[in-house]
Amino acid sequence: MKKTLFDKVWDAHVVDAIENGPQILYIDKHLIHEVTSPQAFNELEDRNIPIFRPDQIVATADHNTPTLNQHLPIQDTLSRHQLEQLSKNCTKNGITLFELGHKYNGIVHVMAPELGITQPGMTIVCGDSHTSTHGAFGTIAFGIGTSQVAQVFASQCLLLTKPKSLRVTVNGKLKPGVLPKDVILYIISKIGTNAGTGYFCEYAGDVFENMSMEGRMTVCNMSIEMGARGGMIAPDQTTFDYVKEREFAPKGDDFDKKVAYWKTLPTDDGAVFDKEYNFDAADIEPMVTYGTNPGMGIKISENIPALDDASFEKSLKYMDFKKGESLINKPINYVFIGSCTNSRIEDFRIAAQYIKGKHKAPNVTAWLVPGSKLVESQIIEEGLKDIFLEAGFELRQPGCSACLAMNDDKIPQNEYCVSTSNRNFEGRQGQGARTILASPLVAAATAVEGKIIDITKQLN
Amino acid sequence: MEKFTTFQSRAIPLDIENIDTDQIIPARFLKATDKQGFGDNVFRDWRYSKNGDLNEDFVLNDTTYIGSILVAGDNFGCGSSREHAAWALAGYGFRVIVSSFFADIFKGNALNNGLLPIQVSPAFLKALFTQLKANPETIISVDLEAQTIAIKDSNLIESFDIDPYKKTCLLNGYDDIDYLLSKKDEILAFEAKSQHIAIEH
Ligand code: SF4
Repeated sequence: MKKTLFDKVWDAHVVDAIENGPQILYIDKHLIHEVTSPQAFNELEDRNIPIFRPDQIVATADHNTPTLNQHLPIQDTLSRHQLEQLSKNCTKNGITLFELGHKYNGIVHVMAPELGITQPGMTIVCGDSHTSTHGAFGTIAFGIGTSQVAQVFASQCLLLTKPKSLRVTVNGKLKPGVLPKDVILYIISKIGTNAGTGYFCEYAGDVFENMSMEGRMTVCNMSIEMGARGGMIAPDQTTFDYVKEREFAPKGDDFDKKVAYWKTLPTDDGAVFDKEYNFDAADIEPMVTYGTNPGMGIKISENIPALDDASFEKSLKYMDFKKGESLINKPINYVFIGSCTNSRIEDFRIAAQYIKGKHKAPNVTAWLVPGSKLVESQIIEEGLKDIFLEAGFELRQPGCSACLAMNDDKIPQNEYCVSTSNRNFEGRQGQGARTILASPLVAAATAVEGKIIDITKQLN
Repeated sequence: MEKFTTFQSRAIPLDIENIDTDQIIPARFLKATDKQGFGDNVFRDWRYSKNGDLNEDFVLNDTTYIGSILVAGDNFGCGSSREHAAWALAGYGFRVIVSSFFADIFKGNALNNGLLPIQVSPAFLKALFTQLKANPETIISVDLEAQTIAIKDSNLIESFDIDPYKKTCLLNGYDDIDYLLSKKDEILAFEAKSQHIAIEH
C-alpha cells in the first residue's frame, strides 16, 4: 500500500493496539518546561511510579522566565518557585535541563531543533501545543496535556487514535517580501481555524521544498492554529544539512545510516490523503490579522471583510476595528519580534536587513526577543545587535516573553501590538491588549514607521 | 478519577464561538505547581473587569443560571494545550461541557480529568440555547452508558459519540497510566526491536 510520510513514521512507532480503541504510540523524545510538567511529576510521585526513560526527556525553562537581568534572582515568588520546582524535579530524576542562563537555554521549540535533538522520523511530544514546530523535520510532533505528560513519564508511550491525513500543497514562486509566516497566515485565513481538527497535516509543493528549515518551522509551528494536531514536511537535503554536525545529532557513520533511513520517509507517489487543499504561491502577499483568532487574516493591502456574524462582530469590537476598514496607516505603539514562530536567526536577519540605517518611530516600543541563547549569541556575532540598538530597538534575553505575557512582558490594555507570535486571542499578550499577527518584515516596517504600511509598495 | 455514569443538572449557556483556553484560564494564572485553585480563575477576564469588579453581564455571574453543565458555542477549547483549562472548569464544578465542536487537545484533557465533553449537532445545540433562554431551570440529563443527552420533560434527545476505550475508563474511573503500565512487557519488546529508537541525546 502507498503510504504517506505521516503513516510511515506513525506505523513505525505503534507498540500495540486496543481493539476498537486507541493505539499505543512510542515516543522517542519528550520535551518539558516549567509550566505543564510540575503536576505530572507530582502525580507520578503520589502514585509511586518511577520515570521510565529519563534519558529521552530534555527540559528547558522558557514560558515563565524574565527577559531582562536573567542573572539575578527572579522577583516574582510564584515564578521563581515554578522554576525551582523544575530544577528539583530534573535533578531528582536525572533529566537533562537547560535552565535559565545555561548556554543552551531557550524556547523549547527553538532549542531542540538547533541542538539536533529533533531529527527526522521521530515521535516528539511536549506539553505545549506548538510542538508541531518540529514537524518541519519530517517528525511526528504534537502538543499534549499534563495528564499525558505523566503518561509519557510513566511509560514513554501515549494512547492515541490515529488522526486522519490532510495535505496542503502550495506550488509556484513566492513574491518578494512574502515570508513563511505570510504563507501560513494565508493558508489559515483560507481554510479556517478548525479545518485541521482531527487531522495531521503535510505541507507539500515547491514553496516548502525551497524553504529554509527556519521557514519550515514557522509554517509547521502554526499548524495547531488551523486545528491540526501537527504539521509535517518531508525531510530532504535541506533537512539533512541542517541536522548534520549539530550538538546532539548522530555523527559519522551513524549519521549516514540515519540519512539512508530518512530518505525512505517521504510520501509515496499516489498515496491518498483524507483531505487536500491546493494554493498558488502567486496569490500570497504579506499578511496581517485583524481579529481575535489566527484565521482572521487579510493581505496587508486588503480591507477587513464585512460579515454579519456575532462572533465576528465581538472580535472587531475587542480590536476596535470596523468592517470594511483598511489597516494601512493604523498607528501602532508596540512591536514584538519573538516567540517560537519567528525568533530564529533568519527572522532577525530579515528584520535587521530592513532596519539597517533606519530608526524606529518615536511612539513605538520595539521588543526583540531571541528564541534561545544560541540565537542571541548569533545576533551578536553577526553584528545585528548593533543595527538594532542604533535603530532604537530593545534586544532582550531569550524566552516566550510577550507571546503569552506570563512574565512581565505585557502589552498594556487597549494598545495594538504588531507581533510575530502565533496567537491573537483576547488578552493573549496582556489583559485588554490587541494583537496583530504578522511576519518579521512587516513587524520591522511597522516599528520604523510607527504605523502599519503597505510593505508591498516598498518592495515593488 | 471519579466514575461517570449518569448525570443530571441545570445548565449554564455560554453562547460564544471559538472559546480558546486562554479565555478559560489566562496565562498569568499558570504559575501554580499543583492542580488546586484554578476554578477560582476560570473565565477570569470575562467574569471580572480589570479593576476586579464583577462583570454582572457575564453569564457565570448571572444567578438566573446555575448548574454543572456548560453549554458553549462551536469550537470550544481551541488554542493552547494547557490542561489547566480542564482543571479550571472541573474545579469550578462543571462535569459536562456541551458544544457542537471541540478542539482535539482540550477534548483529551477534559476526558483525562473526568470532565465529559459532549459533541452535539448544531441543531441540538441551538435548541439547547433556545430552551435555556426560555426556561433557565431546564434540566439536562446525560447517560454515558447509553451515550445520550436529553432535555428533561421534552422529547429532545440526541445520542453522542465517544471513544469506546475512553468510555470504559470514565465508567470505571480508570486512567491511561494504569493501562499503559499493564503494557510494560510490550513496550520493552518494542524498544528492543526498534531500529531507530532515540539515540542518546
Ligand atoms: S513562544 Fe509562545 S507559543 Fe511558543 S512555546 Fe512559548 S508561549 Fe508557546
